[in-house]
Amino acid sequence: MESAADLRGKAATALRLHDWRQNIIYIGFLAVFVFFAVTQSDSGFLSTGNLLNVFRQTASVAVMAVAMTFVIAAAEIDLSVGAVAGLASVVAALAMPHGTILGVLAGLGVGLLVGVVNGSLVSLLKVPSFLVTLGMLGLISGFARFITDSKPVPIQDATFNLMFGGGDLGPIPGLMVWALVFVAAGTVVMNRTKFGRQVLATGASETAARFTGVKTMRIKFQVLVMSGTAAAVAGLLYAGRLQSGRFQWGTGDELLVIAAVILGGTSLFGGRGRVVGTLFGSLLISLVNNGLILAGLDVAEQQMVRGAIIVAAVALSREK
Amino acid sequence: MVTDQRPHSIEMRNITKTFGRAKALKDVSFELRKGEVHALMGENGAGKSTLMKILQGAYHADAGEILVDGTPVQIASPSDAMKAGIGMVFQEFSLIPTLTVAQNVFLTHEHLGRLGLVDDREAERRAAAVFAEMDVEVDPGAEVSRLSTAYWQLTEIAKALAQEAGVLIMDEPTASLAKSEAEALFALIGRLKASGISIIYISHRMDEIYRIADRITVLRDGRHVLTDDLAALTPTQVIAAIVGRSIDTRLEERETQQHEGAPILQVKNLWSGSRVRDVSFTLHRGEILGLAGLMGSGRTELARVLFGVDRLDSGTIEIDDVPVTISHPSEAIEHGLALVPEDRRLQGLAMTHSVEANLMLPLLDEVRTAGFLSVRRLAARARELIRRFAVQVTNPSTTVSRLSGGNQQKVVIGKWIGTDPRVLVMDEPTAGVDIGTKTEIMRELRALADEGKGVVFISSELPELLAVSDRILVLRNGEVVTSLARAEIANEEALQLAIQGA
Repeated sequence: MESAADLRGKAATALRLHDWRQNIIYIGFLAVFVFFAVTQSDSGFLSTGNLLNVFRQTASVAVMAVAMTFVIAAAEIDLSVGAVAGLASVVAALAMPHGTILGVLAGLGVGLLVGVVNGSLVSLLKVPSFLVTLGMLGLISGFARFITDSKPVPIQDATFNLMFGGGDLGPIPGLMVWALVFVAAGTVVMNRTKFGRQVLATGASETAARFTGVKTMRIKFQVLVMSGTAAAVAGLLYAGRLQSGRFQWGTGDELLVIAAVILGGTSLFGGRGRVVGTLFGSLLISLVNNGLILAGLDVAEQQMVRGAIIVAAVALSREK
Repeated sequence: MVTDQRPHSIEMRNITKTFGRAKALKDVSFELRKGEVHALMGENGAGKSTLMKILQGAYHADAGEILVDGTPVQIASPSDAMKAGIGMVFQEFSLIPTLTVAQNVFLTHEHLGRLGLVDDREAERRAAAVFAEMDVEVDPGAEVSRLSTAYWQLTEIAKALAQEAGVLIMDEPTASLAKSEAEALFALIGRLKASGISIIYISHRMDEIYRIADRITVLRDGRHVLTDDLAALTPTQVIAAIVGRSIDTRLEERETQQHEGAPILQVKNLWSGSRVRDVSFTLHRGEILGLAGLMGSGRTELARVLFGVDRLDSGTIEIDDVPVTISHPSEAIEHGLALVPEDRRLQGLAMTHSVEANLMLPLLDEVRTAGFLSVRRLAARARELIRRFAVQVTNPSTTVSRLSGGNQQKVVIGKWIGTDPRVLVMDEPTAGVDIGTKTEIMRELRALADEGKGVVFISSELPELLAVSDRILVLRNGEVVTSLARAEIANEEALQLAIQGA
């Protein structure tokens, strides 16, 4: 039997779910989509090929952003993801001639290692993640440049390029599958596991979480390892799509990734994490890029409009 | 002591405030006379905070008017309130810890010297003058974070006075003060009053109200219940007005028991930091052990080290005669310990999370199948805990920051009872909660002991300690001074003497 009070409570929840601020990302996504669909229909915005391309271009950012959702929900930050993606692409490319699996593992190993270093410095030495990962960003991109002499490393491994790049699963591009798998797993882990709850608790109040038995330092370590590893996967996706490893892959992605996470409704101050929102945040950014290119804006104009759209969306989605 | 240009009397007429469908205040009138100390009482959720937030411009009333010195005023923002001469001494302090006392006192109206630059030296001189008027000693150049709570409060008061406030609102000002510090505050209140400043004094402590207040207003369920001279009222009448029924003011005393066998927790020669010095005690099954002592006597620190929050330097902890090492709260929980911490807003709860998320955080293992949480079982278990503790919340997904203090505390206690601990440590569980909740907490404490659990109960309120403890450990400067069976303590005065070390 449900009491009247319970029913009232449920009604209130339903109303809150319709609070547009919470769901601004979906409204914004739809608005931008419709806008470009109307204005750019002649440029082929709505063609299947173009839309699938948007998805392909989103894959790397989306994969990093899913892990970043956990990092930010735990009230930490990881600025090194773009650089890790670049280094992972380079290392994978260098190892690829010795075997596909070895190449993939080498790339992933780089991300795991950086994650472990980031996580250890944050959780053991209590250095703020902002500083640790900012330093790591410089260190890693410099290293990636150093070992390749700033040159691209081509990948001729067809299996790899198919799996991590141009391959399709039926009608669906493989890159899209990668992103969706990450989003699905991230959603379940965030909402339906003890780990997810503890990440949110750590982000909402580290002290209260610790006083409730949550090993907050371990949680911080784990989210940073996740983020490093996911960034390596993103690097492999770049390498597969562009059939080469190059230190520039992923450069500057950290800002897009963070923007996607915040656009999706995750709190920048921790305690709230929305993985599905993150996917739409990533897609929104790609959609804007794509639409602006089709509209014929030059790079400078694209940058300005993109910046303005992100600021507007984040301002609207902010909690009162 | 101060110029008489400050506004002094306040009248709030027929104030009504609604949040959503809930009426927080219904047609409430409140009058503060020149130079009086006016106590504002009521259970948590009665509407005191809402009324005061309207007076400070944090909320806007739906209906009603506010008059300052007989003139109607609009208070739409905190700066309007400041202009009207209304200052607030916050329960949760509003100072910036990294600034000096003087910088805090003059925050937002800094004294500017030549070239329009902030003149800190002038600020310190002026702050010193304010403290001199208050007749208290505070170093205006000291960084606030280095000072104790009592000085924070004095700084808050100075801040309000420096802004020419003629009306001070004090919300539970003694909650975190030691007895001697509270005495000093009462003396200061007397001096402020004598200089014509009016004070609204919010407190749950009856003895304080009788000591310093001239008149009292009681709110209940958002309505005005009573305003009268305190001299005309007995404490029983005041409590009856607060709870809405006549209740016995004395706490029901628990029949104490001698607990000889089955020690559940044994602590031997425990050292930690500077506040836990060679502490030893034994807690038996079904026993309530009271921890008495002043602020800083090491009560809280002892609780923290037992629960693995602080590091143990030396000594042993045995649970059921087995020595255990506890270096993190998670290990304490595994050994069957639970801690209701001192600061529920900071340590007890994730304030931005829901009631359900808070209640279930230590209980996630219970509702897991194959690594995945069952949403249905999470909700069901949370609802069960909410019912058991009569937490007043219509929906488990309500954010805890929206609950009253008493209900928040019920959530903290609820989550720990949910873990079915063998030893429960409670650090000031009744601080800042209303009388109804206080009674419920005391009842719960007894029920837990009767179930055979061990309870360590820390409280600054001696009647509470005496009402439920089987034994009381008195701490001073981190050391156990004495351990008294309840029967050995004649009355509150005797315990007070032991605590003060007179």
